[in-house]
Amino acid sequence: MIIRVVLPAHLRTLAHVDGEMKLDVEAPLTQRSVLDTLEAGYPMLRGTIRDQLTHRRRAFVRFFACQEDLSHESPDAPLPDAVARGAEPFLIVGAMAGG
Amino acid sequence: MSTVRVLVGTRKGAFILTSDGTRERWDVSGPHFGGWELYHLKGSPADPNRLYASQSSSWFGQVIQRSNDGGKTWETVGNKFVYDGVPGTHLWYDGTPRPWEFARVWHLEPSLTDPDTVYAGIQDAALFRSNDAGQTWQELPGLRGHKSASLWQPGAGGMCLHTILLDPVHPGRIFIAISAAGVFRSDDAGTTWRPMNRGLKSEGIPDPTAEVGHCVHRIAMHRSRPDVLFMQKHWDVMRSDDAGESWHEVSGNLPTDFGFPIDVHAHEPETIYVVPIKSDSEHYLPEGKLRVYRSRTGGHEWEALTNGLPQRDCYVNVLRDAMAVDSLDPCGVYFGTTGGQVYVSANAGDSWAPIVRDLPSVVSVEVQTLP
Repeated sequence: MIIRVVLPAHLRTLAHVDGEMKLDVEAPLTQRSVLDTLEAGYPMLRGTIRDQLTHRRRAFVRFFACQEDLSHESPDAPLPDAVARGAEPFLIVGAMAGG
Repeated sequence: MSTVRVLVGTRKGAFILTSDGTRERWDVSGPHFGGWELYHLKGSPADPNRLYASQSSSWFGQVIQRSNDGGKTWETVGNKFVYDGVPGTHLWYDGTPRPWEFARVWHLEPSLTDPDTVYAGIQDAALFRSNDAGQTWQELPGLRGHKSASLWQPGAGGMCLHTILLDPVHPGRIFIAISAAGVFRSDDAGTTWRPMNRGLKSEGIPDPTAEVGHCVHRIAMHRSRPDVLFMQKHWDVMRSDDAGESWHEVSGNLPTDFGFPIDVHAHEPETIYVVPIKSDSEHYLPEGKLRVYRSRTGGHEWEALTNGLPQRDCYVNVLRDAMAVDSLDPCGVYFGTTGGQVYVSANAGDSWAPIVRDLPSVVSVEVQTLP
């Protein structure tokens, strides 16, 4: 299925992409399958979103979709249907910081 | 005419400063990797167009960049730093055991002879090497395998392996320094290591003359005479004449012997440079004056170099990797400040001028002298 993914600005620069990305992800659609597909296509992103060994999400990276914070969901939990249909993007976000 | 290329790492990106041999007019390129911390960039002595850069961020972790054209273009290479075997523990600030955990690459040291071989000093302290131009990295586990490793503790900036000196005369000899463990030397290309801290005295640790546990900030050598080492320790400027087997203090008449960088003149092995900092709790210049101190006698006797440097209301710091020399004649000396200035002296320190004044806080400065 073709889904929409939005990277934070620094990672768009690192991956040499502009704006929203379209990824062809095989079912089941989960955080893990999205990140596996993303890192296979853009190996320079390995280690920047999740740990390369443990696959734990980096502390200051968040996952949003459909106005929900999915960061603490299981990496193997299904993502919302709206993401699977391409109606809503899967957002990878650098946590807000600073004053 | 020769040219110089200055590689500057800052808290918010990298900058490349270039000039001809007069070192008077400069082109400034950057920011490269804007918004990221660039702890260190360094060129290969064997191929000056091959550069390596350590790019990191609290959000997105570690990235290693490589350039094959002197910094015009860059490509990401491997960023997987996995400790060999079961990592074990070192001591945390409170004295409790803490598992080794990768945080960032502090220093990249390309091989003297092979542009595809490069060493990385990381936090938590370990030494890695790549033999494929940065694509993959392997730990040299003998260092952390030393019997003292479980007792190493971090300095205030983290437990970092920040200095790597490759001996150009003795094959296989490598010196490294860790805050706050001290200096180690390998004579077999990194397989086994010995602490090299005899003569160091650090008041802030339970045994001031312990074999390990010293907060060494930086060591330096002249490539023609690698058995002579100079050290800026947390407090104290030190010298070894026997490849680190023993050290003696050469702080002499310095106004304070706390500081971070130390470097050696390109053509005069007894001429060395430091930037005294007021204290470990203040981390700024004494008296608001930016003064580089030069010794032409290998220590003990120091002179303040002030011509062209601010002598009032200046409270910056100069970090451990933020000083370098070129190999032109007269020797050029360079340093960057936490206030974002990069200064050059084209006459071995007699006078100084800013190349840039308003960069982000400078973390590292390296210089390449190009034909």
